[in-house]
Amino acid sequence: MSVTDDRMSNGVGGPTRAAIPEKTLRTDRWWLAPLSTFLVFSSFIVYATWRAFADKDYFTEPYLSPFYSPCLGDCVKGSSDFGQPFGGFPLSAALIILIFPLGFRMTCYYYRKSYYRAFWLSPPACAVAEPHTTYTGETRLPLILNNLHRYFWYAAIVVGLILSYDVVLAFGPAEGESDGIHMGLGTLVLLANVVFIWLYTLSCHSCRHAVGGRLRHFSKHPVRYRLWTWVSKINVHHAKFAWYSLFSVAAADLYVMLVANGTIDDLRFF
Amino acid sequence: MAYKLKLRIWRGDAAGGEIKDYPVEVSEGEVVLDAIHRVQGTQAGDLAVRWNCKAGKCGSCSAEVNGKPRLMCMCRLSDFAEDETITVTPMRSFPVIRDLVTDVSFNYEKAKELPSFSPPPRDADNKRRMAQVDVERGQEFRKCIECFLCQNTCHVVRDHEENKKAFAGPRFFLRYAELDMHPLDTNDRRNMAQEQAGLGMCNITKCCTEVCPEGIKITDNAIIPMKERVADRKFDPLVWLGAKIGMRNKDDDGRTEL
Repeated sequence: MSVTDDRMSNGVGGPTRAAIPEKTLRTDRWWLAPLSTFLVFSSFIVYATWRAFADKDYFTEPYLSPFYSPCLGDCVKGSSDFGQPFGGFPLSAALIILIFPLGFRMTCYYYRKSYYRAFWLSPPACAVAEPHTTYTGETRLPLILNNLHRYFWYAAIVVGLILSYDVVLAFGPAEGESDGIHMGLGTLVLLANVVFIWLYTLSCHSCRHAVGGRLRHFSKHPVRYRLWTWVSKINVHHAKFAWYSLFSVAAADLYVMLVANGTIDDLRFF
Repeated sequence: MAYKLKLRIWRGDAAGGEIKDYPVEVSEGEVVLDAIHRVQGTQAGDLAVRWNCKAGKCGSCSAEVNGKPRLMCMCRLSDFAEDETITVTPMRSFPVIRDLVTDVSFNYEKAKELPSFSPPPRDADNKRRMAQVDVERGQEFRKCIECFLCQNTCHVVRDHEENKKAFAGPRFFLRYAELDMHPLDTNDRRNMAQEQAGLGMCNITKCCTEVCPEGIKITDNAIIPMKERVADRKFDPLVWLGAKIGMRNKDDDGRTEL
Protein backbone atom coordinates (compact mmCIF):
# COMPACT_ATOMS: atom_id res chain seq x y z
CA MET A 1 0.00 0.00 0.00
CA SER A 2 1.43 3.38 -0.94
CA VAL A 3 1.72 6.30 1.47
CA THR A 4 -1.26 7.99 -0.16
CA ASP A 5 -3.36 4.87 0.24
CA ASP A 6 -2.38 4.74 3.92
CA ARG A 7 -3.60 8.26 4.43
CA MET A 8 -6.78 7.70 2.50
CA SER A 9 -7.60 4.48 4.31
CA ASN A 10 -8.68 6.58 7.28
CA GLY A 11 -11.05 8.60 5.15
CA VAL A 12 -12.51 8.30 1.66
CA GLY A 13 -10.49 5.12 1.12
CA GLY A 14 -11.83 3.56 4.33
CA PRO A 15 -13.31 0.07 4.49
CA THR A 16 -16.97 1.15 4.70
CA ARG A 17 -16.82 3.80 1.99
CA ALA A 18 -17.48 3.37 -1.72
CA ALA A 19 -14.32 1.82 -3.18
CA ILE A 20 -12.92 4.63 -5.34
CA PRO A 21 -9.14 4.83 -5.64
CA GLU A 22 -8.93 8.53 -6.62
CA LYS A 23 -8.56 11.00 -3.75
CA THR A 24 -10.89 13.28 -5.67
CA LEU A 25 -12.90 13.03 -8.87
CA ARG A 26 -13.11 16.77 -9.29
CA THR A 27 -12.34 17.80 -12.86
CA ASP A 28 -12.19 21.56 -12.34
CA ARG A 29 -9.02 23.44 -11.45
CA TRP A 30 -9.58 23.11 -7.70
CA TRP A 31 -5.88 23.61 -7.03
CA LEU A 32 -5.81 27.11 -8.52
CA ALA A 33 -7.34 28.95 -5.53
CA PRO A 34 -5.11 27.41 -2.83
CA LEU A 35 -2.03 27.75 -5.03
CA SER A 36 -2.64 31.45 -5.74
CA THR A 37 -3.40 32.08 -2.08
CA PHE A 38 -0.18 30.31 -1.12
CA LEU A 39 1.89 32.34 -3.57
CA VAL A 40 0.37 35.72 -2.67
CA PHE A 41 0.48 35.19 1.10
CA SER A 42 4.03 33.82 0.90
CA SER A 43 5.13 36.85 -1.11
CA PHE A 44 3.55 39.13 1.46
CA ILE A 45 5.24 37.28 4.33
CA VAL A 46 8.64 37.57 2.63
CA TYR A 47 8.13 41.26 1.85
CA ALA A 48 6.74 42.11 5.30
CA THR A 49 9.53 40.22 7.08
CA TRP A 50 12.18 41.99 5.03
CA ARG A 51 10.62 45.39 5.64
CA ALA A 52 9.99 44.77 9.33
CA PHE A 53 13.63 43.88 9.93
CA ALA A 54 15.03 46.55 7.57
CA ASP A 55 14.65 49.35 10.14
CA LYS A 56 15.13 52.07 7.52
CA ASP A 57 13.24 54.04 4.86
CA TYR A 58 9.98 53.93 6.80
CA PHE A 59 9.50 57.65 7.26
CA THR A 60 9.63 60.64 5.02
CA GLU A 61 7.94 63.83 6.13
CA PRO A 62 4.89 63.68 6.41
CA TYR A 63 4.44 59.95 5.66
CA LEU A 64 5.00 57.07 8.07
CA SER A 65 4.86 53.48 6.83
CA PRO A 66 1.96 51.51 8.40
CA PHE A 67 4.45 48.74 9.25
CA TYR A 68 6.16 51.13 11.67
CA SER A 69 3.17 52.94 13.08
CA PRO A 70 3.16 53.80 15.93
CA CYS A 71 6.95 54.07 15.97
CA LEU A 72 7.72 53.36 19.61
CA GLY A 73 11.37 52.31 19.41
CA ASP A 74 14.52 54.16 18.51
CA CYS A 75 12.90 55.75 15.46
CA VAL A 76 14.08 58.46 13.10
CA LYS A 77 13.34 62.07 13.96
CA GLY A 78 9.74 63.11 13.43
CA SER A 79 8.30 59.61 13.13
CA SER A 80 7.39 59.00 16.78
CA ASP A 81 4.07 60.72 17.34
CA PHE A 82 3.46 58.80 20.53
CA GLY A 83 6.91 59.07 22.08
CA GLN A 84 9.57 56.38 22.28
CA PRO A 85 8.71 54.24 25.32
CA PHE A 86 10.80 51.40 23.84
CA GLY A 87 13.73 53.66 22.92
CA GLY A 88 16.28 51.06 24.01
CA PHE A 89 14.79 48.27 21.90
CA PRO A 90 17.75 46.84 19.99
CA LEU A 91 15.89 45.62 16.91
CA SER A 92 13.62 47.28 14.39
CA ALA A 93 10.78 49.34 15.88
CA ALA A 94 8.33 47.53 13.61
CA LEU A 95 8.83 44.34 15.63
CA ILE A 96 7.40 46.02 18.74
CA ILE A 97 3.96 46.57 17.25
CA LEU A 98 3.64 44.10 14.38
CA ILE A 99 2.31 41.39 16.67
CA PHE A 100 -1.02 43.23 16.77
CA PRO A 101 -1.86 43.39 13.05
CA LEU A 102 -0.16 40.03 12.54
CA GLY A 103 -2.15 38.43 15.37
CA PHE A 104 -5.36 39.98 14.08
CA ARG A 105 -4.85 38.46 10.66
CA MET A 106 -3.52 35.11 11.89
CA THR A 107 -6.59 34.58 14.07
CA CYS A 108 -9.05 36.07 11.55
CA TYR A 109 -11.78 33.65 10.49
CA TYR A 110 -11.16 34.39 6.82
CA TYR A 111 -7.39 34.00 6.99
CA ARG A 112 -7.81 30.80 8.98
CA LYS A 113 -9.83 29.34 6.14
CA SER A 114 -7.20 30.47 3.69
CA TYR A 115 -4.11 29.20 5.43
CA TYR A 116 -5.68 25.94 6.51
CA ARG A 117 -6.48 25.33 2.87
CA ALA A 118 -3.45 26.81 1.11
CA PHE A 119 -0.65 26.09 3.58
CA TRP A 120 -1.82 23.13 5.60
CA LEU A 121 -3.96 21.49 2.90
CA SER A 122 -6.57 20.69 5.50
CA PRO A 123 -8.35 20.34 3.13
CA PRO A 124 -6.72 21.79 -0.03
CA ALA A 125 -10.20 22.19 -1.54
CA CYS A 126 -13.69 20.90 -0.88
CA ALA A 127 -14.06 17.14 -1.38
CA VAL A 128 -10.33 16.76 -2.04
CA ALA A 129 -8.73 14.36 0.44
CA GLU A 130 -6.23 15.98 2.75
CA PRO A 131 -2.77 14.46 3.24
CA HIS A 132 -2.84 14.22 7.05
CA THR A 133 -3.41 10.99 8.94
CA THR A 134 -4.83 12.65 12.06
CA TYR A 135 -6.75 15.82 12.71
CA THR A 136 -7.70 17.66 15.90
CA GLY A 137 -8.73 21.04 14.49
CA GLU A 138 -8.64 23.96 16.86
CA THR A 139 -8.94 21.95 20.05
CA ARG A 140 -5.29 22.08 21.13
CA LEU A 141 -2.38 24.47 21.40
CA PRO A 142 -1.42 26.42 19.41
CA LEU A 143 -4.56 26.56 17.24
CA ILE A 144 -6.92 26.83 20.21
CA LEU A 145 -5.45 30.32 20.66
CA ASN A 146 -7.40 31.36 17.57
CA ASN A 147 -10.29 31.76 20.00
CA LEU A 148 -8.58 34.95 21.21
CA HIS A 149 -9.41 36.69 17.95
CA ARG A 150 -11.57 39.27 19.72
CA TYR A 151 -8.59 40.55 21.72
CA PHE A 152 -6.64 41.17 18.54
CA TRP A 153 -9.75 42.89 17.20
CA TYR A 154 -9.73 45.25 20.18
CA ALA A 155 -6.08 45.99 19.36
CA ALA A 156 -6.97 46.40 15.68
CA ILE A 157 -9.37 49.20 16.61
CA VAL A 158 -6.50 51.04 18.28
CA VAL A 159 -4.24 50.36 15.29
CA GLY A 160 -6.97 51.69 12.99
CA LEU A 161 -7.23 54.89 15.03
CA ILE A 162 -3.47 55.39 14.96
CA LEU A 163 -3.29 54.82 11.19
CA SER A 164 -6.17 57.29 10.78
CA TYR A 165 -4.16 59.82 12.77
CA ASP A 166 -1.23 59.16 10.43
CA VAL A 167 -3.45 60.04 7.50
CA VAL A 168 -4.38 63.33 9.16
CA LEU A 169 -0.67 64.04 9.60
CA ALA A 170 -0.09 63.06 5.95
CA PHE A 171 -2.02 66.18 4.99
CA GLY A 172 0.79 68.18 6.58
CA PRO A 173 3.77 69.78 4.88
CA ALA A 174 6.65 67.86 3.37
CA GLU A 175 10.19 69.05 3.99
CA GLY A 176 10.60 72.60 2.76
CA GLU A 177 6.88 73.29 2.40
CA SER A 178 5.01 75.99 4.26
CA ASP A 179 2.77 75.20 7.21
CA GLY A 180 -0.85 74.35 6.50
CA ILE A 181 -2.73 71.68 4.58
CA HIS A 182 -0.93 69.91 1.76
CA MET A 183 -1.55 66.79 -0.21
CA GLY A 184 0.55 64.43 -2.24
CA LEU A 185 0.12 61.04 -3.86
CA GLY A 186 1.40 59.54 -0.62
CA THR A 187 -1.49 61.14 1.26
CA LEU A 188 -3.93 59.36 -1.05
CA VAL A 189 -2.05 56.07 -0.74
CA LEU A 190 -2.21 56.24 3.07
CA LEU A 191 -5.86 57.33 2.91
CA ALA A 192 -6.84 54.43 0.65
CA ASN A 193 -4.98 52.08 2.96
CA VAL A 194 -6.73 53.27 6.09
CA VAL A 195 -10.13 52.98 4.39
CA PHE A 196 -9.43 49.33 3.54
CA ILE A 197 -8.01 48.71 7.03
CA TRP A 198 -11.20 50.08 8.61
CA LEU A 199 -13.44 48.09 6.28
CA TYR A 200 -11.49 44.96 7.13
CA THR A 201 -11.52 45.71 10.87
CA LEU A 202 -15.20 46.61 11.09
CA SER A 203 -16.37 43.69 8.95
CA CYS A 204 -14.67 41.25 11.35
CA HIS A 205 -16.77 38.37 12.68
CA SER A 206 -15.78 39.21 16.27
CA CYS A 207 -16.98 42.76 15.66
CA ARG A 208 -20.28 41.39 14.39
CA HIS A 209 -20.57 39.29 17.53
CA ALA A 210 -19.60 42.10 19.90
CA VAL A 211 -21.99 44.72 18.54
CA GLY A 212 -25.05 42.49 18.65
CA GLY A 213 -24.43 38.93 17.51
CA ARG A 214 -24.06 37.65 21.05
CA LEU A 215 -27.60 38.73 21.93
CA ARG A 216 -30.55 36.38 22.10
CA HIS A 217 -33.18 39.11 22.03
CA PHE A 218 -32.67 41.54 19.16
CA SER A 219 -36.05 43.01 20.04
CA LYS A 220 -34.82 44.22 23.43
CA HIS A 221 -31.74 45.94 21.98
CA PRO A 222 -32.82 47.94 18.91
CA VAL A 223 -29.62 50.01 18.67
CA ARG A 224 -27.34 46.99 18.86
CA TYR A 225 -29.58 45.18 16.42
CA ARG A 226 -29.20 48.06 13.97
CA LEU A 227 -25.40 47.98 14.44
CA TRP A 228 -25.43 44.22 13.89
CA THR A 229 -27.32 44.61 10.60
CA TRP A 230 -24.76 47.18 9.39
CA VAL A 231 -21.79 45.03 10.35
CA SER A 232 -23.52 42.00 8.80
CA LYS A 233 -23.74 43.86 5.49
CA ILE A 234 -20.00 44.45 5.29
CA ASN A 235 -19.16 41.15 6.97
CA VAL A 236 -20.28 39.42 3.77
CA HIS A 237 -17.31 41.12 2.05
CA HIS A 238 -14.80 40.40 4.83
CA ALA A 239 -12.64 38.16 2.63
CA LYS A 240 -12.48 40.82 -0.08
CA PHE A 241 -11.47 43.47 2.45
CA ALA A 242 -8.85 41.09 3.87
CA TRP A 243 -7.21 40.94 0.44
CA TYR A 244 -7.60 44.64 -0.39
CA SER A 245 -6.13 45.72 2.93
CA LEU A 246 -3.27 43.24 2.60
CA PHE A 247 -2.32 44.78 -0.74
CA SER A 248 -2.93 48.34 0.42
CA VAL A 249 -0.76 48.05 3.50
CA ALA A 250 2.10 46.60 1.44
CA ALA A 251 1.60 49.25 -1.24
CA ALA A 252 1.58 52.04 1.36
CA ASP A 253 4.81 50.76 2.89
CA LEU A 254 6.40 50.35 -0.54
CA TYR A 255 5.45 53.87 -1.54
CA VAL A 256 6.91 55.37 1.65
CA MET A 257 10.06 53.29 1.21
CA LEU A 258 10.58 54.40 -2.40
CA VAL A 259 10.07 58.05 -1.49
CA ALA A 260 12.21 57.77 1.63
CA ASN A 261 15.18 56.19 -0.14
CA GLY A 262 14.98 58.62 -3.02
CA THR A 263 13.96 56.15 -5.72
CA ILE A 264 10.92 58.26 -6.59
CA ASP A 265 9.70 61.73 -5.72
CA ASP A 266 6.34 62.15 -4.04
CA LEU A 267 3.88 63.75 -6.42
CA ARG A 268 2.67 66.85 -4.58
CA PHE A 269 -0.73 68.24 -5.55
CA PHE A 270 -0.71 71.33 -3.34
CA MET B 1 -31.85 18.74 -28.62
CA ALA B 2 -31.02 15.19 -27.64
CA TYR B 3 -27.46 13.98 -27.42
CA LYS B 4 -25.56 11.00 -26.09
CA LEU B 5 -24.18 11.78 -22.63
CA LYS B 6 -20.94 10.11 -21.57
CA LEU B 7 -22.13 9.08 -18.11
CA ARG B 8 -20.15 7.04 -15.60
CA ILE B 9 -21.70 5.64 -12.44
CA TRP B 10 -20.14 3.93 -9.45
CA ARG B 11 -21.64 0.46 -9.05
CA GLY B 12 -21.00 -1.77 -6.10
CA ASP B 13 -21.60 -2.27 -2.40
CA ALA B 14 -19.66 -2.48 0.87
CA ALA B 15 -17.62 -5.38 -0.50
CA GLY B 16 -16.28 -3.34 -3.42
CA GLY B 17 -17.21 -1.74 -6.68
CA GLU B 18 -16.07 0.28 -9.66
CA ILE B 19 -17.05 3.12 -11.94
CA LYS B 20 -18.82 1.86 -15.06
CA ASP B 21 -19.71 3.56 -18.34
CA TYR B 22 -23.38 4.16 -19.16
CA PRO B 23 -23.66 6.24 -22.33
CA VAL B 24 -27.23 7.49 -22.35
CA GLU B 25 -29.51 9.64 -24.49
CA VAL B 26 -30.43 12.91 -22.75
CA SER B 27 -32.37 16.01 -23.74
CA GLU B 28 -32.04 19.72 -23.28
CA GLY B 29 -33.22 20.92 -19.88
CA GLU B 30 -32.61 17.65 -18.10
CA VAL B 31 -30.72 17.15 -14.85
CA VAL B 32 -28.32 14.44 -13.73
CA LEU B 33 -31.11 12.61 -11.89
CA ASP B 34 -33.07 12.36 -15.19
CA ALA B 35 -30.06 10.70 -16.82
CA ILE B 36 -29.69 8.33 -13.87
CA HIS B 37 -33.36 7.39 -14.12
CA ARG B 38 -33.01 6.76 -17.86
CA VAL B 39 -30.06 4.45 -17.19
CA GLN B 40 -32.15 2.71 -14.56
CA GLY B 41 -35.06 2.35 -16.99
CA THR B 42 -33.09 1.22 -20.05
CA GLN B 43 -29.74 -0.29 -19.09
CA ALA B 44 -29.42 -1.11 -15.40
CA GLY B 45 -32.73 -1.92 -13.75
CA ASP B 46 -30.96 -2.87 -10.54
CA LEU B 47 -29.21 0.50 -10.14
CA ALA B 48 -29.85 1.69 -6.58
CA VAL B 49 -30.56 5.39 -6.16
CA ARG B 50 -32.37 7.32 -3.44
CA TRP B 51 -34.63 10.12 -4.64
CA ASN B 52 -38.02 11.61 -4.01
CA CYS B 53 -39.17 15.14 -4.86
CA LYS B 54 -36.99 16.03 -7.89
CA ALA B 55 -37.29 19.65 -6.80
CA GLY B 56 -34.38 20.19 -4.43
CA LYS B 57 -36.56 20.14 -1.35
CA CYS B 58 -36.48 16.63 0.07
CA GLY B 59 -32.70 16.22 0.30
CA SER B 60 -32.77 12.58 -0.84
CA CYS B 61 -30.69 12.47 -4.02
CA SER B 62 -27.39 13.65 -2.56
CA ALA B 63 -24.40 12.28 -4.45
CA GLU B 64 -21.13 13.45 -5.95
CA VAL B 65 -21.08 14.67 -9.53
CA ASN B 66 -17.59 14.97 -10.98
CA GLY B 67 -16.29 14.84 -7.43
CA LYS B 68 -18.50 17.66 -6.13
CA PRO B 69 -21.21 17.00 -3.54
CA ARG B 70 -24.50 17.91 -5.26
CA LEU B 71 -28.19 17.15 -5.30
CA MET B 72 -28.61 15.18 -8.54
CA CYS B 73 -32.01 16.77 -9.16
CA MET B 74 -30.54 20.27 -9.02
CA CYS B 75 -27.54 19.52 -11.18
CA ARG B 76 -28.33 20.68 -14.72
CA LEU B 77 -26.74 18.88 -17.65
CA SER B 78 -26.53 22.24 -19.41
CA ASP B 79 -23.84 23.22 -16.91
CA PHE B 80 -21.56 20.70 -18.62
CA ALA B 81 -20.29 20.59 -22.20
CA GLU B 82 -22.10 17.97 -24.31
CA ASP B 83 -18.87 16.06 -24.91
CA GLU B 84 -17.89 16.16 -21.22
CA THR B 85 -17.88 12.94 -19.22
CA ILE B 86 -19.99 13.10 -16.08
CA THR B 87 -19.05 10.78 -13.24
CA VAL B 88 -21.61 10.13 -10.50
CA THR B 89 -20.61 8.43 -7.27
CA PRO B 90 -22.26 8.01 -3.88
CA MET B 91 -21.36 10.39 -1.05
CA ARG B 92 -17.89 9.36 0.04
CA SER B 93 -18.12 10.16 3.77
CA PHE B 94 -20.78 7.63 4.67
CA PRO B 95 -20.79 3.82 4.50
CA VAL B 96 -22.01 2.68 1.09
CA ILE B 97 -25.02 0.38 0.95
CA ARG B 98 -25.31 -0.16 -2.79
CA ASP B 99 -24.52 1.89 -5.89
CA LEU B 100 -25.50 5.51 -5.16
CA VAL B 101 -27.16 4.78 -1.82
CA THR B 102 -25.27 5.39 1.40
CA ASP B 103 -26.08 4.80 5.04
CA VAL B 104 -26.56 8.26 6.52
CA SER B 105 -27.56 7.06 9.99
CA PHE B 106 -24.49 8.83 11.44
CA ASN B 107 -26.50 12.02 11.08
CA TYR B 108 -29.53 10.64 12.89
CA GLU B 109 -27.34 9.49 15.76
CA LYS B 110 -25.91 12.99 16.01
CA ALA B 111 -29.40 14.47 15.93
CA LYS B 112 -30.37 12.31 18.91
CA GLU B 113 -27.44 13.68 20.91
CA LEU B 114 -28.71 17.22 20.53
CA PRO B 115 -31.17 18.23 23.28
CA SER B 116 -34.37 19.53 21.76
CA PHE B 117 -35.87 23.02 22.10
CA SER B 118 -36.84 23.67 25.68
CA PRO B 119 -39.21 26.60 26.09
CA PRO B 120 -40.18 28.24 29.40
CA PRO B 121 -43.70 27.96 30.88
CA ARG B 122 -46.42 29.67 28.86
CA ASP B 123 -47.62 33.18 29.59
CA ALA B 124 -50.78 33.68 31.69
CA ASP B 125 -52.95 33.56 28.57
CA ASN B 126 -51.42 30.18 27.66
CA LYS B 127 -49.37 31.64 24.81
CA ARG B 128 -45.70 32.11 24.12
CA ARG B 129 -44.44 35.29 22.49
CA MET B 130 -41.51 36.24 20.32
CA ALA B 131 -40.88 39.52 18.55
CA GLN B 132 -40.87 39.31 14.76
CA VAL B 133 -37.25 40.38 14.52
CA ASP B 134 -36.25 37.44 16.73
CA VAL B 135 -38.39 35.04 14.70
CA GLU B 136 -36.69 36.16 11.49
CA ARG B 137 -33.20 35.50 12.78
CA GLY B 138 -33.61 31.73 12.77
CA GLN B 139 -35.47 31.44 9.48
CA GLU B 140 -32.33 30.93 7.42
CA PHE B 141 -31.40 27.92 9.54
CA ARG B 142 -34.82 26.38 9.08
CA LYS B 143 -34.27 26.20 5.34
CA CYS B 144 -32.07 23.13 5.90
CA ILE B 145 -33.47 20.15 4.00
CA GLU B 146 -31.13 17.66 5.66
CA CYS B 147 -29.53 16.48 2.44
CA PHE B 148 -26.33 16.02 4.50
CA LEU B 149 -24.11 17.32 1.71
CA CYS B 150 -22.44 19.59 4.28
CA GLN B 151 -21.81 16.60 6.53
CA ASN B 152 -20.46 14.70 3.53
CA THR B 153 -18.03 17.38 2.40
CA CYS B 154 -16.72 18.28 5.84
CA HIS B 155 -13.14 17.02 5.88
CA VAL B 156 -13.21 16.52 9.66
CA VAL B 157 -15.18 13.31 9.15
CA ARG B 158 -14.72 12.78 5.42
CA ASP B 159 -10.98 12.33 5.83
CA HIS B 160 -10.93 11.08 9.43
CA GLU B 161 -13.39 8.32 10.25
CA GLU B 162 -12.29 8.30 13.88
CA ASN B 163 -13.62 11.85 14.36
CA LYS B 164 -17.21 10.78 13.77
CA LYS B 165 -17.60 9.91 17.44
CA ALA B 166 -16.63 13.34 18.70
CA PHE B 167 -17.88 15.58 15.91
CA ALA B 168 -21.49 16.45 15.17
CA GLY B 169 -20.84 18.28 11.90
CA PRO B 170 -22.05 21.49 10.25
CA ARG B 171 -25.71 20.52 9.97
CA PHE B 172 -25.91 20.21 13.74
CA PHE B 173 -23.79 23.27 14.48
CA LEU B 174 -26.49 25.04 12.51
CA ARG B 175 -29.06 23.64 14.94
CA TYR B 176 -26.93 24.50 17.99
CA ALA B 177 -26.67 28.07 16.71
CA GLU B 178 -30.38 28.32 15.97
CA LEU B 179 -31.31 27.16 19.45
CA ASP B 180 -28.63 29.17 21.23
CA MET B 181 -29.88 32.32 19.51
CA HIS B 182 -33.50 31.46 20.29
CA PRO B 183 -34.93 33.88 22.86
CA LEU B 184 -37.25 31.24 24.31
CA ASP B 185 -34.87 28.32 24.67
CA THR B 186 -33.95 27.75 28.29
CA ASN B 187 -30.81 25.73 27.60
CA ASP B 188 -27.33 27.19 27.39
CA ARG B 189 -25.72 25.01 24.75
CA ARG B 190 -22.36 26.69 24.42
CA ASN B 191 -20.33 24.35 26.58
CA MET B 192 -22.03 21.32 25.06
CA ALA B 193 -21.36 22.53 21.52
CA GLN B 194 -17.66 22.72 22.28
CA GLU B 195 -17.17 19.71 24.54
CA GLN B 196 -19.60 17.15 23.16
CA ALA B 197 -20.40 18.23 19.63
CA GLY B 198 -16.77 19.01 18.76
CA LEU B 199 -17.21 22.57 17.53
CA GLY B 200 -13.51 23.17 18.21
CA MET B 201 -12.59 20.63 15.56
CA CYS B 202 -14.12 22.77 12.84
CA ASN B 203 -11.44 24.84 11.16
CA ILE B 204 -13.97 26.96 9.26
CA THR B 205 -12.75 26.10 5.77
CA LYS B 206 -16.29 26.77 4.56
CA CYS B 207 -16.86 23.71 2.39
CA CYS B 208 -20.22 23.18 4.09
CA THR B 209 -21.32 26.60 2.90
CA GLU B 210 -19.98 25.95 -0.60
CA VAL B 211 -22.07 22.81 -1.09
CA CYS B 212 -25.31 23.82 0.64
CA PRO B 213 -28.07 23.60 -2.00
CA GLU B 214 -30.25 25.92 0.07
CA GLY B 215 -27.57 28.60 0.09
CA ILE B 216 -27.46 28.74 3.89
CA LYS B 217 -24.40 30.66 5.08
CA ILE B 218 -23.57 27.88 7.51
CA THR B 219 -20.09 29.10 8.37
CA ASP B 220 -20.68 32.85 8.63
CA ASN B 221 -24.12 32.80 10.22
CA ALA B 222 -24.04 29.67 12.37
CA ILE B 223 -20.61 28.17 13.01
CA ILE B 224 -18.61 31.35 13.52
CA PRO B 225 -21.29 32.99 15.69
CA MET B 226 -21.41 29.76 17.71
CA LYS B 227 -17.60 29.76 18.02
CA GLU B 228 -17.82 33.34 19.29
CA ARG B 229 -20.47 32.31 21.80
CA VAL B 230 -18.22 29.49 22.97
CA ALA B 231 -15.38 32.01 23.26
CA ASP B 232 -17.67 34.10 25.53
CA ARG B 233 -18.27 31.08 27.70
CA LYS B 234 -14.85 29.43 27.74
CA PHE B 235 -12.02 31.53 26.33
CA ASP B 236 -12.67 35.15 27.29
CA PRO B 237 -11.24 36.13 30.70
CA LEU B 238 -12.95 39.52 30.54
CA VAL B 239 -16.39 37.94 30.22
CA TRP B 240 -15.50 35.57 33.06
CA LEU B 241 -14.33 38.46 35.23
CA GLY B 242 -17.46 40.44 34.37
CA ALA B 243 -19.61 37.54 35.53
CA LYS B 244 -17.61 37.26 38.77
CA ILE B 245 -18.13 40.90 39.70
CA GLY B 246 -21.81 40.86 38.82
CA MET B 247 -21.70 42.37 35.32
CA ARG B 248 -23.72 39.57 33.85
CA ASN B 249 -25.17 39.56 30.39
CA LYS B 250 -28.84 39.69 31.37
CA ASP B 251 -29.68 38.48 27.90
CA ASP B 252 -28.68 35.01 29.12
CA ASP B 253 -30.89 35.04 32.22
CA GLY B 254 -33.02 31.98 32.79
CA ARG B 255 -30.80 29.56 30.91
CA THR B 256 -29.44 26.32 32.27
CA GLU B 257 -26.08 25.09 31.06
CA LEU B 258 -26.08 21.66 29.47
